[in-house]
Amino acid sequence: MSDTTLHGTEAAEAADRATSADDPTLAALRAGLEGESELFVEGADWESVADAVRDETLIVNMGPQHPSTHGVLRLVLELDGETVTNLTPIIGYLHTGIEKSAEYRNWVQGTTFFTRMDYLSPLFNELAYCLGVERLLGVEAPPRAQAVRVILTEFNRIASHLVWLATGGMELGSTTVMTYGFREREHILDLFESQSGLRMNHAYIRPGGLANQVTDDFVARAEALLRRLPEKIGEFEDLLTENPIWNDRLRGVGVIDVERALALGVTGPLLRAAGLGHDLRRTDPYCGIEQYDFDVPTDTAGDSYARYTVRIEEMRQSMRIIRQALDTLPSGPVMVADRRIAMPSQQQLGADGMGNDPAYIRHIMGESMEALINHFKLSTEGFTVPAGQVYSAVESPRGELGYAITSIGSNKPWRVHVREPSFVNLQAAREMTRGHQVADVIAVVASIDPVMGGVDR
Amino acid sequence: MSRPLWVAGLTAGLTFLYFLLTTAILIWGERRVVARMQSRLGPNRVGPLGALQTLVDGLKMFFKEDVTPAMVKQPIFTVAPLVGVVAGLLSTAVIPIGGEVTLGGETFTLQVADLGVGVLWFLAMGSIHVYSVFLAGWASSSPYPLLGGVRSSAQMISYEIAQGLAVASVFIYAGSLRVSDIVAAQSGEGLLPGLPGWFAIPLLPAFAVFVVGMVAEAGRPPFDLAEAEGELVGGFHTEYSGLRFGMFMLAEFMAVVIQSAMVVTLFLGGPSGPTFGLPAPIAAVMPTVWFTLKTLLFIFLFILLRGALPRTRYDRLMALGWKLLIPVGLVWALATAALVLVREDGGLSTTARLGLAAGAVVVAVLGLATGRGGRDAATIGRAVSTAVRPTAPAATDEPDPAEVAR
Repeated sequence: MSDTTLHGTEAAEAADRATSADDPTLAALRAGLEGESELFVEGADWESVADAVRDETLIVNMGPQHPSTHGVLRLVLELDGETVTNLTPIIGYLHTGIEKSAEYRNWVQGTTFFTRMDYLSPLFNELAYCLGVERLLGVEAPPRAQAVRVILTEFNRIASHLVWLATGGMELGSTTVMTYGFREREHILDLFESQSGLRMNHAYIRPGGLANQVTDDFVARAEALLRRLPEKIGEFEDLLTENPIWNDRLRGVGVIDVERALALGVTGPLLRAAGLGHDLRRTDPYCGIEQYDFDVPTDTAGDSYARYTVRIEEMRQSMRIIRQALDTLPSGPVMVADRRIAMPSQQQLGADGMGNDPAYIRHIMGESMEALINHFKLSTEGFTVPAGQVYSAVESPRGELGYAITSIGSNKPWRVHVREPSFVNLQAAREMTRGHQVADVIAVVASIDPVMGGVDR
Repeated sequence: MSRPLWVAGLTAGLTFLYFLLTTAILIWGERRVVARMQSRLGPNRVGPLGALQTLVDGLKMFFKEDVTPAMVKQPIFTVAPLVGVVAGLLSTAVIPIGGEVTLGGETFTLQVADLGVGVLWFLAMGSIHVYSVFLAGWASSSPYPLLGGVRSSAQMISYEIAQGLAVASVFIYAGSLRVSDIVAAQSGEGLLPGLPGWFAIPLLPAFAVFVVGMVAEAGRPPFDLAEAEGELVGGFHTEYSGLRFGMFMLAEFMAVVIQSAMVVTLFLGGPSGPTFGLPAPIAAVMPTVWFTLKTLLFIFLFILLRGALPRTRYDRLMALGWKLLIPVGLVWALATAALVLVREDGGLSTTARLGLAAGAVVVAVLGLATGRGGRDAATIGRAVSTAVRPTAPAATDEPDPAEVAR
């Protein structure tokens, strides 16, 4: 974990260096843009692949419109009969430009962007980003906010694994698993909605804490979920764990060993299923997660079935963490006290369904000109973040989700680069499918659990 | 066969209607039952409990645009779906859907044609159905349909062999290929007094092979590889739309009904069943009622399987067919032939027969209990029971949203 903090002048120099014409790549790019030479940006992989192969090989273009490619992943398969001889994943069909767009918005607005990348684990994106910004700011969220972050992200992990189970089951032909997974996820999303107002893309975790205090019934709601989920996860196990077809489809399919997984940068359940119990919650804990007692499930088979058992067990461990976090949930504020960072209003849901804070409005409109100025500056410019670079990572449901954030001391990020586990893990697909059958490609891609919103960003 | 024309026409019309109606019930029932298993509602708008949904969907299929891609091979592309439906309908001809009926001075059985090679007719029509799938896949000139077509023709041919061997046991045991003879041979008492003389009991392994085979033959989950939408989008019917797509769906669902009807006819005594001494007009309908009930039982089994299980992989399916079902079917056909020979030579005493049957049951139970088959059967049973377990209404233990708003 690198945590290098540059100071203002150095960062500015770095910026100058990067934009200067000495850089050959940049020069070429600029020349291309100015029309001095032609610049080809092409995705003509289809033609080159089609020419390169022997006649007997069947080329199947799986996706981007295909029911089992998790949205818009495109896989060019070279088939010898039903056997896959090569697989080329082609991405970019869901490119949103979020990383670039974030450079034109202030720091708080970044949360709203990044939550939309990996749409199945929005809270992890918010958390990793906010942890990074907080480190640059040199602040730490209050204990209650930390605990709530842990509770919500662990629920998010369960929700994400449930969707994985649902879509994976669907892709392997089990429609019942699909509805069961989404059914339980809805209940988790209910909890998120009750706290953040949104079922997905919450923008609830903010630099410095949380957007607002949790509701009074937060603990009751979370406990109701904890009572409900174990039985429902047991249902999945009844349906699948010993099911001979499920075993046949997954065991020995998509095997990757620790060595290759590390070489490819694969993290998360894939790496743990291969045998290495690497989990950032252990090796690099965040939000006080080290104070809770939990296991990191591993397996040694490294196949799709091991990934299934690891994920099922992870859901159980997440519930353990939530249970402990609920029991020791501290009271207090959920936002740092620094009024240059935190919006000082504490909005409550009004009778009209809108958030409002009459006392605060009275204060800024009638009592304090300085408070009004502060409110205005925070709402329009936002706060500035000291210049520096930081890499902050959390253990998302798919693996190490890292945010490399660079600030030059302004009110906007200079650059945010995301190390997306879906994107990194996806490159293992070729290795894991070669020599298998077409049907196994589906099982392997499902077991990788890529989210295209995260892959393309 | 010296039946008047009106009798033949009536029988054919009734059989046609019967199978179309049962297919409609299957489609509706499947959507309702699977919805129930998946804690959804299923169709509930058109007609009572949504029962007329199938009709409305059929009408929709009629009026949808029927797209023909430019590169397809005509006229095969157009003919392929027709072949499937026609072959399916034709194979119903040999299935008796009821007992003897006396109407207008004529006494006849509710069976369109009691052919001397009745059972073979059924198998032959099943083979022709393969052409529909294969030609559709080939004529589409597109990789996914081609793969789907190749898969399904290999699958259907393999399982036809298994089914054929199971059927061979039946006609060796009954001594006739004629369906009416096979039904009649099952009408007596069974091995034990009180049990019906259905072939499912003495020919249990053949029965099991036939039941597994019929799921594969009808291309239904978990053996629906031809159209594995997860892998091959729509399989052989990817390029089809509108009415022609509807015909494929009809053929598939009809195959379920026909296979269920056939297993009832061959192994469960067809339309036979007690009439409870009811007066004549009702007693004449009772066989049809029995036949329908038994058929619905198997249709229900098809639906349960679909709701509970994921799809098998192609090579596993072929391995199951070639390495398990065909050997079992073959061995049992030989064993049946041996038994029949012994019977013709004077036969075994009842005690010996009972002993043999008991021995077979013990072997089967041991095999199931120790082998992987038993474990698999148990886990499949558990999967089904999990899926059909009634689900409590959602969100009972959630706080009241109104309370939260406050």
